[in-house]
Order: sequence, then C-alpha cells, then structure tokens
Amino acid sequence: MKHHKLLLAAGALALGAHGAAAEDLTVTSFGGAYGAAQKKHMIDPYVAATGTNILFEDYGGGVAEMKAQSESGNIQWDVVDIEVIDLERACSEGYVAAIDHSILPAGDDGTPAAEDFIPEALHECGVGNIVWSIIFAHSNDAYPDGGPKTIADFFDTEAFPGKRGLRKRPQVNMEWALLADGVPADQVYEVLATDEGQQQALDKLGTIKDDIVWYDSWSQAPVLLNDGGAQMVQSANGRIFAAIKDEGAPFSMVWDSHVYDLDVWAVMEGTEKMDTALDFIKSATMTVPLSGMQDVAYGPTRKSAQALLPEDVKQDLPTAHLDKGLKADGIFWADYGESLGEKFNEWLLQ
Amino acid sequence: MRGFPEYFTIWHIAGHYALRAMAFLVLAFLILPILVIIPLSFNAEPFFTFTQGMLALDPEAYSLRWYSEILNDQKWTLAIWNSFVIGIAAAILATVLGTVAAVGLASPWMPFKRIITALLLSPMIVPLIIIAAGMFFFYTSFGLVGTYPGLIIAHAALGVPFVIITVTATLTGFDRTLFSAGLSLGASPIKVFWDVVIPLIRPGVISGGLFAFVTSFDEVVLVLFLAGPEQRTIPRQMFSGLREQINPTILAVATLLVVVSIALLVTLEFLRRRSERLRGTG
Amino acid sequence: MADTMAANPGKRDSGLASEDARNAAKEVRARRMRAFLFVVPLLVFITFAFVAPIATMLFRSAYNPTVAELVPASLDTLKEWDGVDRPSDAALTQFAIDLKRLANDRTSGRLAEEINRFMPGTSSVVKSTARKLRRVEDAELQQSGVDLLIEANEAWANPQVWRALQEAGRTYTSSYYLTALDLETAPDGTIQQRDTKIYLKLYGKTLWMALIITVLTLILGYPLAFYMAHSSTARANFLMVFVLLPFWTSLLVRTTAWIALLQTNGVVNSTLIALGLTRDPLEMLYTQFSTIIAMTHILLPFMILPLYSVMRGIDPSYMRAAMSMGSRPIPAFLRIYLPMSLPGLSAGALLVFIISVGYYITPALVGGTDGQMISNIIAFHMQQSNNWELAAALGSLLLFLIIALYWLYDRFVGAGNIKLG
Repeated sequence: MKHHKLLLAAGALALGAHGAAAEDLTVTSFGGAYGAAQKKHMIDPYVAATGTNILFEDYGGGVAEMKAQSESGNIQWDVVDIEVIDLERACSEGYVAAIDHSILPAGDDGTPAAEDFIPEALHECGVGNIVWSIIFAHSNDAYPDGGPKTIADFFDTEAFPGKRGLRKRPQVNMEWALLADGVPADQVYEVLATDEGQQQALDKLGTIKDDIVWYDSWSQAPVLLNDGGAQMVQSANGRIFAAIKDEGAPFSMVWDSHVYDLDVWAVMEGTEKMDTALDFIKSATMTVPLSGMQDVAYGPTRKSAQALLPEDVKQDLPTAHLDKGLKADGIFWADYGESLGEKFNEWLLQ
Repeated sequence: MRGFPEYFTIWHIAGHYALRAMAFLVLAFLILPILVIIPLSFNAEPFFTFTQGMLALDPEAYSLRWYSEILNDQKWTLAIWNSFVIGIAAAILATVLGTVAAVGLASPWMPFKRIITALLLSPMIVPLIIIAAGMFFFYTSFGLVGTYPGLIIAHAALGVPFVIITVTATLTGFDRTLFSAGLSLGASPIKVFWDVVIPLIRPGVISGGLFAFVTSFDEVVLVLFLAGPEQRTIPRQMFSGLREQINPTILAVATLLVVVSIALLVTLEFLRRRSERLRGTG
Repeated sequence: MADTMAANPGKRDSGLASEDARNAAKEVRARRMRAFLFVVPLLVFITFAFVAPIATMLFRSAYNPTVAELVPASLDTLKEWDGVDRPSDAALTQFAIDLKRLANDRTSGRLAEEINRFMPGTSSVVKSTARKLRRVEDAELQQSGVDLLIEANEAWANPQVWRALQEAGRTYTSSYYLTALDLETAPDGTIQQRDTKIYLKLYGKTLWMALIITVLTLILGYPLAFYMAHSSTARANFLMVFVLLPFWTSLLVRTTAWIALLQTNGVVNSTLIALGLTRDPLEMLYTQFSTIIAMTHILLPFMILPLYSVMRGIDPSYMRAAMSMGSRPIPAFLRIYLPMSLPGLSAGALLVFIISVGYYITPALVGGTDGQMISNIIAFHMQQSNNWELAAALGSLLLFLIIALYWLYDRFVGAGNIKLG
C-alpha cells in the first residue's frame, strides 16, 4: 500500500520536473572562462529579459555529439556555439539549421546587420559570436631563461624540454606540425590535402609524441599549465588571458603561427524550440553582448561592438596579431575532418 | 603479550605479525584514499592538493566555499534532484517487480528456474557499456532517450538482480509452515501474504530496494548515453567535472557522497541484524 | 509458493486411478503456472528494458541500410559491373546525379562517412565532389556527369572506390566483425589481415590488464581476508566496516580520490618530494599504472568478500593439527588451507576479472591514452567517431567473451551463490 503512494509521488515528481523542463532552452558552449563571459553578457541578460529558463551546458567541441543527436533523432540541444573549423561540416551534413540573416537587428549605431557584421560572421548556418585564436602558452616557471618563441620551438623538445598539452583532434595540430616543418602558411592546407602532406604532419607530431599530454576540452588547457601537467599548452587565447588577468597566473602567450577562427551561434536542426533559439541568437549577437567578450580577449564580430572597446584591450585581441597567424579553413576540415580524424586516431593508438 | 602454541617457532610468530602488518596495510590502502578527499574538500584554494596553510592547520586555509558553490550552482542542484528522483523511482520499480518475481522463483514448482534466474541476474554481469549502447539504439525508437522514464526504466533493469538476490536470501530461510498455519486459521491467501509473508521478508525487500537505489545513484555510463542535459545526475556531473575542469567542488560533492554511503552502510547493517533476529539465526 | 506444502510426494501411490493421475498432473501444471505468473511481470519488463536492447545491438552489428537507402539507383546500376575496370558511364552519371541530390539534402556527409569505412580517405573525395556538384544543373549532369565527376576528383576513375561503394551498399554485412578482428576483404574476395592491428591488440591489452588487476586484488585481498576470518567476531565485524565503506562509496568518488592522489601536484607526489624520495614529480596520472591501481582499489572488496565468507567457514584446527604434528607453515598452508579456500578464491577472481574486462569509467577518467580498455574504444565509436555498427560489433564480441566467462563462473561457483555485503 505504502509502495503505491510512493510510486505515485515519484511519478508525479518525475513528470513535474520534466514538465517544467519543457520550457527550457538548452544552450551549449565551451565552459570555463569563456562560458562565464557568455553567461554574464549573453545568457543572464536574456533570462532576465524574457524569463526563459536556460540550461547552459558545456561540451568539448567537434561535431560528434551533434551528429549522434541528429542521426538518432534525439535532439537534446537547441543552440550551440561552434568553431567555424567545425561549422562547415556541421552545416553541410545537416546537423545545424540554416539561419535567415534578415532577422538580425541593426547595430546600436544604426548600421544594418548585413553591414555591421564582418563578412565571415554571417555564415549560412550561424551568426558570428567572437573572433578568437588558438595560440600556445608556456609557464614562466618552467623556462626561467626565456621560453619558446616560435612554433618550431614548440616542436623542439631539446631546447625546450617539458610536456606539451594539445587538444586531442587533428585540427590545428596538423597545421602546426606543417608550419613547424617549414611549410609556408599559404600552402598549409594545400599540402595537408595530399597523402604525403598528411604523413609529413603526423611524422612531425611523432617527434614530440612522447611529450604530448592530450586533453579533451579547452577549459583543461590553463588547468594543465597551472597544475604542472604540462609546461606548454595549446589554448584558446582567451583562457590564458583570463588566467593571467584574473588569477595572476605566471603564463606567457606566444602568437607565432596562431590559428585564428570565429565561433558562431548555431541552431540544432530538428529542435522543437526553433523560435526561442533564434530569438536567443538575435539577442546574444547584439552590439553590447558581443562587446562583452573582450573580458576574455575575444574580438567582437560587429563593427559597432569593436567601436566600444577601449584601446588598451585591442592589443590583446587576435585581430592585433593577424599578420603572424593562419586562418582556419572550415571548408578543408569539412572535407577532410573525417578521414584525417580516423588517420589521427589510428596514429594515436600506434 | 599473547600465548602462542608451544610448537610455534620464532618464524611462526614472525609470520603471524607479518600477516597482521599486511592486513593493516591493505586496510589502509582501502580506506585512506577515501578519507583523504574529506580535508581536501575544505581547501580555501581552487586546488586538488594540500596547501602549505592546510598542513600548518591554519584555519584561514580551510573554508566551506566549495560547499556553498554546490548549493548556488543550478547544475549541481538539478543533478542532486535528478539523482534522487531517478534513484527512488527506479528502486521502487525494481523492488516491486523483483520481489514478486523472487516469490515465484522461490517456489519449487517454478519451471525453467535456472535459465530464468540467469536471465534476470544478467544485467549485473553484462558490461555497462554494452547495455548503454544497446539501450541507446533500442530506446531511441521509443523516444525514451533524453527522458526521465527512459533512465528510470534503464536503472530499474540494473537494480532488479540485487532485489532478487536479497529477497531470495530471506525467502530461503522462510518457514513455510507459517503460511499454512495462517491459511488453516481461515485467512485468505492474499491476507496471509500481506500479514505474514511481507513482514518476514521485509528486511530483504528493503535492503534490495536500497541496493537498487544505490545502483542507480552511482550509475554513470547509462546516464552518459541516455540522459539529456535535463537529466544530468550527480555522478554524471562529476564525470564531466573530472574530464573538463577539476576543482574542489567535486571533492565537496564526493565528501557528501561518502556521508551518504556511511548512512547506507549503517542502515543495511541494522537490517541484516533485524533479519537474522526475525529468522532466528542471529 | 506456499501451495507447495500441500504437494506431498509421499501421497503418490501406485494404486491411483487414472483420473486421479490426470488431476494430479493438472494440479502440477496449475502450480507451475501459478509460480510462473509471479515472474511474468518482471520477465516482460526485463525483455523490454534489457534483453531487447542487447538484441538490437547484436542486430546493428551486422545490419546497416544507410547507403542502400541513400543511393539505391546507383547501386542498381553497379549490379552489372564486372568489378575490375571502371564502371559504365551510365553508373557514373547516375552516381553524379545521386550525389548532387544528397549534397542539396545535406546528407552527402553520411554517404562519405559510410564509404570511408571501407576505403579510408574516401570521405574527403565524396565531400569535396558533392560540394562541386551541388550547383550543377541536372541536364548538364545527364550530359557530362562522367567528366564532371572525374574532373572533380580523379579518384572516381579508380575501381577501388566503386568497390568500396558496393561494399558499403550491402544492408547485411559481416564487415564490421572483420574490422573488429583486424581483418578485411581483399579485392579478390578473400579475407586477409589488416596492416595495422588495433582491436585485437586492445582486446589482448584489456585481458592482460584485467589479469594484473585480478592478481593484485588476490595478493592484497587474501591475507586481509585470512586475518579477518580468523580474528574474533567483534574484531572481524569492525574491520569489515573498512572493506564495506569503500564498497558502498560511489565509484566516481573513489576515482576522484585517485586523481587527487596521483596528479602531478597531488598528494602522493607532494609526499614523495617532501620526503626527498624524488626531486621532480612522477607522471602517474593518465597512465596505465593509474588505471590499474585505481581499479585494484575499486575491485578489492569484490575479492575480499567471497574469500572472507569461505574462509570464515574453514575450521582452523586442521591447520593447527598439521603444524602441531611438525609440518612447516607454508607446506601446511599450501596443502590444507589453500585448497579449502579455493571456492572463495575462484569466485572472487572470476568476479573481479569479469568486471575488469568490461570496465569503462575509471580508464576513461584516469587512463590517459595508454590506459584505455576495450570499453573505451566502444564508447569512442559510439560518441566520437559515430561508427555505431563497429561499436556494436566490438560490443558483441565483448559480450560473447563475458558470456563465456560467466559460464565458467556458473560452472565453478554457481551464479545463484552470489552474495552481497
């Protein structure tokens, strides 16, 4: 008898929780310092203005989770923050929906959205959120006599001994390997499209394989450096910036051969909350929220937001270092992401 | 010190103490790793290790900040809520179905007893990753992935073997004459079942239910595959925390879970003694 | 259940009339039915919640209709192909048309992925071609589909690509099992070894790690169980708390504890450095070593509990008798005690081994790259590479392995003898 009541109560609880959850919007991004900035400038203001309950989730990037949701038909996310390096693939394979850019509001200075956004920010399947960069950083304590300065130094374990933290994926690591091996920046993707070029990149990575610590998610990068798990790490520039600025961490950033890219907000194809999702994106990519990403040294994708930044912040943004960098090629990775991913994983297991 | 038999040589005695030392070393190996996280969870710094201040027992080096972080983080509060809702519902489902089935299995007339028992116990043996993959494929076609009912059903299936084992154990010691005595006094079988059988096997039922609850409460592989963001449980939240950003919030949660397991241990011990008393074997 | 009281076999007697016999048989059937009815709800539940999912996984390991559904027309035209030269122009044209359709439906990625499994590297061929054909007019494709295709990527002139497409187009296939066993089908149809061995090596490593963990739990568990079993009841019960507390503590908590202990600046390294035993911290976390030590810790109670319950029932007077008659302790132990404790030992060892072989969480969290086990690669194919069929095939092989071990366990120990706490 007692069991009956308990069962009913538990059922009601479960249903109640589920019913309440139906109003939620699930927004997925990368967590850490970047997630905190997004929460402050994009999520919280939207929640306050509309009363929508937002579940703000973290993921490690890549298309695998979107793909699993799409192919099994269990769409769990509504809005997702994607690196453009992965966006092209997610878009051409139908995991994220096409977005009509005419819904985007004008900038705060009145410039229409189509002119206010930098061109790359208006993708068929996403609306630009930040301009950011993948750099490497080292701990100052590990190299008291001066740390690595170039990408070649990153691959030089004799001159600069120590563990290197890299995100476990072929993207950017393969580019870096070729750049360190002397391939000119404008030929990197051409070379990487050939079997020989791919082997060259893996061979170069192989020279430091024993010193690599692989991690899964951007938020681990500053943690590894901090805990001594690695002496240099690949990282999104903002996370190292935040660790130095907020916690006074003894890290140095190296801009040589950084790979810069955009992040966009995209909507999962097949979500039941399409309207709310688009409404959120409209609000999150307005001038003021975008300018807030300067907290973690990411550049805004609207010109009107660029104008709001103080001068001294601008030198920390990727845009100040474009001459030393390589633009991540989303189309290349849409075509080669899968086969290189497989090659890369086999290489890892060898 | 203590009397050894007179045929004991010095080597016997040395062996005796060596055994004892070994036993205590193993006990230390078992328990110390769990105890070490408790002080670490009061670390004032965002590190996973003892700071100088902590070693010097400086009160400033200790704080409750990670505990208050749990309460203020919507993700953790949702996870705690989910763990209890899913755990309780799964335990009830497993206990009701499992108890009834155990009663049938205890009957000497039960056909195909061996094979059915093996089948019902198999969720305990099949690796979770296989169960998770299979459930992901199968539950998808019923729209159960990313829902509470999906997880509750999945966890109940994992809990069933424990209920069967504990209830069967109490039924083995069950004196069947009590049942016929009840019947001969004119009571209906259902009344006898409720008034005689259930009270006698209740300790087994409750400990089976507790096992089923703990199984769900601890489980993370199925949650990884079947839960959506809204159904995150405590272990799931710990799993992503350990993968992505290690900070002492996880240690605070871990400490709370150790307290929960101590409570469970005490409850089960109490039930075991009670059951032994009822069956007159204790 | 209590009906059994009435069924007294002693009442059976040769003088029974045939009607009585029939009634008795009916009664037996009714009782069997009644007992069975108690089990029915759970059987139905387990069939739905557990057995059907496992069956689905077994089915998925050999069934993949994706390509057959994506490009049925192309596969049809390929049926005529001899498999040696480049397929007919009609086949290439049809494929170009299909590929354009897929590109616009945004499903060309799925085709690329499926073909890639049979010919690594082909994914980029399919995807880049699809991108180029996306904007071409249908009429133009009908006209010069062959040229456009080969112009987009010369790989389309290679018969091997088309064989890969044909292979991928099979709805029922054993190819995932072949991959799971590091085998492949050669162009001439024979089965051969793949150049790189991945999965067999991983199965080997998994079994090896499980064996090490089993031996370690045995080495640690046996003396403790022995000591406890021959202590006074009060002391044994008290010590038992230290075994049961870890047993009841969440797996994630125990794994967290090992991360805190073993990480670079963790408790163990700090202690070693403070004691002057090492100058630089040791790399212990994210290695095979950390996986083994954490799993040994987690599985140790599963070894101790069955050992203890068997040892508790061994009468120490046998050992005492042997030793008092002059036998030395070690031979006395080996010849008398060890055989008597064997049931507990085999139960514990098999249980620990079975659980280790399928372990996922601990290697995933503390294993780094070289501490990964077979479950982790299954999870990888489920969640990262999204090769669900291969995951299902690897999972099915693991399942057969576990069933074989479980059968051994049942033979030597008896599955019904599993005891808890």
